[in-house]
This record gives sequence, structure tokens and C-alpha cells, in this order.
Amino acid sequence: MLDTPLWKKISLWGLTIALIAAALPSLMMSSGFDFGDDAPTVNLGLDLAGGSHLLLEADPDDVAAKRLENMEESVEAALRGATPEIKFGDTSRADGRFSLLLDSASDIDRARGLLEPLMMGRDGSLQQEWDLEVVDTQRLVLVPTESGLNVAVNNAMESVIEVVRRRIDELGTREPTIVRQGDTRIVVQVPGLEDPQALKELLGKTAELEFKLVDQQALPSNTEAGVANPGSQIFPYAADSNLAGQSEAVKRLGGIRGDSLTGAQAGVDPQTNRSVVNIQFDQQGGQKFAKLSTENVGQRFAIILDGEVISAPFFNEPILGGAAQISGSFSPDSANQLAIQLRSGALEVPLTVIEERTVSAELGEQSIRSGMIAMLIGSLAVIALMIATYGRFGVYATGALLINVLILLGLMAIGNFTLTLPGIAGFVLTVGAAVDANVLINERIREERKRGRKVVTAVENGYKEASRAIYDANITNFIAGALLFWFGSGPVRGFAVVLVIGLLTSVFTALTLTRMWVSGYLSANRPKDINI
Amino acid sequence: MKLLKLVPDDTNIQFLRLRVPFFILSLVLIFGSWGAVAYNGLNLGIDFAGGQEVRLTFEEGNAAPVGELRETVAGLGYGTPVVQEFGSPNEVSIRVPLPEGAEDTPGAATAIGNEVIAAIESGYPDVRTDGNSTVSGKVAGEFSRDAAIALAAAMAMVALYIWIRFEWQFGVGALFALFHDVSVTMGLFAITQMEFSLQIIAAILAVIGYSLNDTIVVYDRIRENLKKYRKMPLPEVLDLSVNETLARTVMTSLTLLVALLPLLIAGPASLFGLVAAITAGLFIGTYSSIYLASPLLIWMGVTSDSFVPQETDADRQEKKALGEA
Repeated sequence: MLDTPLWKKISLWGLTIALIAAALPSLMMSSGFDFGDDAPTVNLGLDLAGGSHLLLEADPDDVAAKRLENMEESVEAALRGATPEIKFGDTSRADGRFSLLLDSASDIDRARGLLEPLMMGRDGSLQQEWDLEVVDTQRLVLVPTESGLNVAVNNAMESVIEVVRRRIDELGTREPTIVRQGDTRIVVQVPGLEDPQALKELLGKTAELEFKLVDQQALPSNTEAGVANPGSQIFPYAADSNLAGQSEAVKRLGGIRGDSLTGAQAGVDPQTNRSVVNIQFDQQGGQKFAKLSTENVGQRFAIILDGEVISAPFFNEPILGGAAQISGSFSPDSANQLAIQLRSGALEVPLTVIEERTVSAELGEQSIRSGMIAMLIGSLAVIALMIATYGRFGVYATGALLINVLILLGLMAIGNFTLTLPGIAGFVLTVGAAVDANVLINERIREERKRGRKVVTAVENGYKEASRAIYDANITNFIAGALLFWFGSGPVRGFAVVLVIGLLTSVFTALTLTRMWVSGYLSANRPKDINI
Repeated sequence: MKLLKLVPDDTNIQFLRLRVPFFILSLVLIFGSWGAVAYNGLNLGIDFAGGQEVRLTFEEGNAAPVGELRETVAGLGYGTPVVQEFGSPNEVSIRVPLPEGAEDTPGAATAIGNEVIAAIESGYPDVRTDGNSTVSGKVAGEFSRDAAIALAAAMAMVALYIWIRFEWQFGVGALFALFHDVSVTMGLFAITQMEFSLQIIAAILAVIGYSLNDTIVVYDRIRENLKKYRKMPLPEVLDLSVNETLARTVMTSLTLLVALLPLLIAGPASLFGLVAAITAGLFIGTYSSIYLASPLLIWMGVTSDSFVPQETDADRQEKKALGEA
């Protein structure tokens, strides 16, 4: 009964050796031996490898507000463009809704007919993204639907992640990890980056560029007081501009958005010797810009970035080539940063850093070294204790322990899990706890021998009676570890991973491997007595 | 070769004779711990309180000017920081709390963090920034909530599992023992004022796991002995079971201890809290499985019949059909 059939022996050894082989590339990571790019290796967490971890969050309210603004523009354009024109007034945006009052109640059906198509998803999914309500016969109210808002937030986040990726790639850092977390969050991890300041600045701006005509009729006193003419709006100058503190009144409509760029480079204006950003429009944007500049030669236009005016130069002549230059109070660095931001596209929603963890490579290395030394000493002490207590059976337990550590590492490499600093503590804990199963078995064998059972029966009973408690104990431990993994974040999750995989490997090594070795010893030597 | 025997054969300690005084002691420990948590409060790390934590190394090996650093950072006007030596005299950790009202401004923690680092780097040229973490109030609130859920769910789930595998009394006993372990560990952190961070939650969950290990090994033996010695009074069965498993309890606790001690003494400074909590939990957990989990079974009325399958009508009919009745 104790005997292990040959097929089982072969498969157990095969599995063990395969898993140990999987651990080799991770073990020899620092030796410089090349296993090829496909070799499974354990990821080192940023607390061990050094680097920066940023958790960014987008505010879904920003998405909703922007969506409402766009909807207002479409609705107004649709009503104005109708023949005959549908007249309306008293527009308002409040509580996430947009409402307007038609001048005449008789237009209501025509207006509804025009607006209904706008309420559906633009992707042709026929999903109702807005509800159109009529109040008091001539007021129209547009209410975003829950699902429409979710789709909008989701789309915004997908585009934001793309933009974040492009911006980080521009920094030239190696292998950043950019992952969406939950509905509105993004985790950015950049190994080796010890000063995330530049990264934070790069991601801290949405970089929405607009060109709008300056309202020539605006009275400076009104603009200063924040009062705009109808059809105009007021933007402040950027804080680092030399006109900081002042404002500019611009026309709301008829401008150009900077989302149709094909390129942006930092440069120096040869005439003024100041840093500038050169931009190229795509074909459509170039035509629009040519038209705007041709029709408004001699007029001023404002270059607005994220709601702040950078500068407001004149159109001296029509600009036809699709290329333009943004001048302002740039340093070479800030010009370069803006160029990157414009090249990579605007973020649809602003992002806020809500968690940041940076660890230097020196500290990481130091942690690995002292963690490994502690683990080595601990393992030696455990091994000495096991052999002194259980003799030959302690040697088996030691073999199981060593294999346990190796295949734990191998499984982590195969699963591409991340080893963190608390994960090292998890390894140490596993070393201490993995022998528990062997302790249970060996103590049971001792007891059975004491009761006068024959060697083979004692060993058989030892494994049989102890395995019940071993399974129960490990399953409950597994539950605790799984919950830790589920709720934990970052480094703590790394601890849970090691703990949970360690439970699996320790049960495997203690129950199957030592059993195979013990039965091999017993059937080869048929001892009358065992020293345990 | 003479092998080491940590627990002599035929050890028979009457653990359960002192069950009432020890139970009272356990209650005192639990209430005392909660009292300490309420009175002293936990020294919450930035994971739970939000704010910033910077780790610095003074590269020329001089002892860090702790008082001066405190003043420099306090001078920025974001409250008094906690400046502590960390690992060795030339390494410090600086913890800056989240200013009042910043809970609702998600970017506040990071903005302050930049200022603090800039102030330190300009004041001390030989300083190396080893680590910098900022956690906003929002994220800290989520960490606190998730930690509480994880602890509660872990305790409930394992109690449920034990109820299914054993009897309800065992589930309740194990749950109470775990509640004791978690309480006393938190009490220790309240008294020592060591930083209570996310890592400590991980440590407590590990303690829950290992305390349960002990409890299950003892319970498993109790179950076995209840079936074997049907006429023996319950307290004797419990004593016998605890004694029979004592060698294993001591051995496993000892191996865990010798594995953990090097990490506690010579391991990375940032792991100290985690390892200290697990080491303390090792003792607390072993104590609770012997003196809490077992005696509770007596008071909840476990009997030797608890594990004898009840004969149902169907069983009786089956037996009759087989001609056994």
C-alpha cells in the first residue's frame, strides 16, 4: 500500500524537475547567463527592483461635463441649421442636464425629430445614450442615461490610457506597465525611474489646444471684470506667461481645436531666439486653419491650452502650409514637454495622482540582499532542527523543503507573478510552515511506534491519519491567503501570492515526495526498527 | 544517533484544569487590547491615514539630524512630521500627515510630497532619497475599508469551513480564538505605537492562518479521540488531545520561530513590523488554540455523540433490507 507505482514515481519526478527547471532562470538572473527572452522569470516588484508606481484617477464628472458641453454644441447647431431655423433661448446646463426653451411651442415636433437621432450612440449601436424630455409643451430637457454615461467614461478611459502610454514612451523609459484599474483608475509602473517628477508633470496636463479669435469689440474693463459680450467667453493668461493675471475675451465659436495635429516639435525661433513649439496640422485641420487665417488677416487670435491663454498673436498673413508656431513664455524644457503632450494627443479627462510609491534601486538591492541572507540562515536553522529531531525522516523533510522553495519559485515564474519585499517574508514563512506537514506526519509515526505498531503500519498510519489535519489546515490557510490576495494591493498582494502558492507546493512536497522516498527506503531495506 | 525530543513521551499536563482562570485572562487581554486601541490609538501609517513617507540615507554615514529635519519639514506648514531612525543611524523615515481638509483633494498628498522632497534635497546635499510614498485621503480610506473587509471575511469564511468540517461548536470556538488573536495583536500595536500599515494587515491574516493551523490540529485530534474513547469525560479527552499533539505544536512553533528570527534581527528594516507582528502572533495563536479554542468546546456542550452519525429512518430500512436489524 505504501509502495509507489513506477508510473507515479516517473510523473512525480518529472513534474518536480520541470518546476525546478522553471525556477532556474530566476535564480540565475544576476549571473548573466542568457536563457533567452522566452524563459519564465519572476518579476521583481518595484520595492525590490527600484522604480516608480503611480496611481492616477480620472474624475467621471469631468467626462460628463465635457459630454454635456459637446451635446449642447450639437443641439444648438442642429436647431440653428434647420430650415426654417428653430429659434430658442434660455439654455442651461445644470445637474448634468441640458435644457432649452423653444420660442414657439409649434416647433416642438420638428425639434424632436431633429434631435432624436442625436440621442443614440454614435457607434451605430442604437443604444439610448440620452433621454429627450418635453416639459411644459416647449421646454426640451436632455438627460444622459446611465448606460450612455458609462459608455462615455469607458471610451474616455481607453483613449486616456493610449495617450498616457504614448507620453510615457516619449520619455524613453524601459518597459513601463500601464494598466487600467477599476472604472476610472490607471496604474503606471516604471521600473528604474527614481525621480517621477517629470513623469508626473507630463501626465498632469490634459494638453487641449484651441485656437480662438480674439473678440475685438470686448472692452478691456469688462474683460477684466469677467463680463463677456454675447457669443464670447473669457480665458485667463497662463500663470507662467508674462501677461499672467490678465485675461482675454475670445469668440466662442469658429475656432479650431488642436486635436488634428500630425506633429509637434520643440524648437527655437531664429528671430527672437526664444523657445517655441512648431506644430503641423493634418489635412483637414490645415485647411480649416488656412481658411481662418485668410479670413482674419490682421486680427488677433488666442492660443489656449487647457483653458489658459499662452499667447494671442496676430494673423499677419494667411497661413497656408498647415504648419504653425506656438510662442509664449517657454523654457526649452517646457517647450519640449508641451511638444510631447501635443504629439501624444490630449487627455480626454484630467488625471490626478492619488498614490505614489518610489523606491531607489539601492534600497531595493539592499532589501533583496538582507532578505536572502535572513532566509538562508532561517532555512539552515530549520534544517538542523528537523534532522536533529527526526533523523533520517528529517533528511527527507529537508529534501522536501528545498524542493518546495525551488518549485514555489518555478511556479511564480511560470505564472509571471511579482516577487515583492513582503513576498520575501512570505518565502521565509513558507520555509517555517512547510515543515509542519512533515512534523505532523513524523510525530504521528512516533506515536504509532510507541503504541507498538510495526514499522510499515506505523508509517502508513502516520501518513493516513495526519493527512486529514494537513488538508483541513491548509484549506483554511488558503482561504485566508486568497482573501488577502483579493483585497490586498501591491506589495501585500505579493505576500499573499507567495503564501498561497507556498501552501500548494508544501502539501505536494510533504505528502507525495517524502512518502515516495520513505516507501522506497522501507521496501529496499525492510528495517525492523526505525529511529524516529 | 539519539534524536532530539522536545516534549518527553507520556507528557500529561492538565491544561484544562486552569481553564476558568485562563479564560478570564483571555477576556482581560481582549478587552485590554481594545481599551489600548481606544485609549492610545493605533499609530496609523500613511496607508491608512494618508500623507507622505520619505526614506532618506545620509550618504556620508553621519547620524541623521533628526531634530533639524523635523523643523525643516514642519517649517513648510503641513503639520509636525514624525521623524524616526530607520534601520541604522544614518537612515531616517519622515512621515508627514495629510493636512486638515485635504481628504477631499485627491492631488494634495502628491503636491505636498514634492515640496517636502525639494526642501530636504536643497537643505542636505549628501542625502539620498531611497523611497517616497504619498497616499491621498481617498485611497487611504479605501485601504482601511478593504482591510476591515478582508479581516472580517477571512474570519467568517474559515469559521464556516470548520463548522462544515466539524460541528458548529468548533466553528464558534475557532472564531472566538481568532478574534482573540486579532484583538491582542492590534493591542500590542496600540501599546508599542509601532506603525500600523497595510503590511500589518497581511501579518494579521498570516497569524489567522497559522493560529488556525494549531486549532485544527488539536480539533482533529479531539474529534478522533471523541470517537475512540466514548466513555471518557470531555475535559479529559481535551487534555489528552492537547497533550498528544503537544510535540507537534512545540516543534512547528519552533521551526517557524527559527525561520523568522533571522529576518526579524537582520532582515530589511521595512519588513520589521510585518515580521514582528507574525512572531508575536505565533505565541498568541498557540496560546489561544490551547486555552481558548479547546475549553470553549466544554462550555458549548460538545459530547462524544457529536461525531457519531445519527441513524436515520432510511439507514434503518436499509439495514433491515440487508437483514442486519
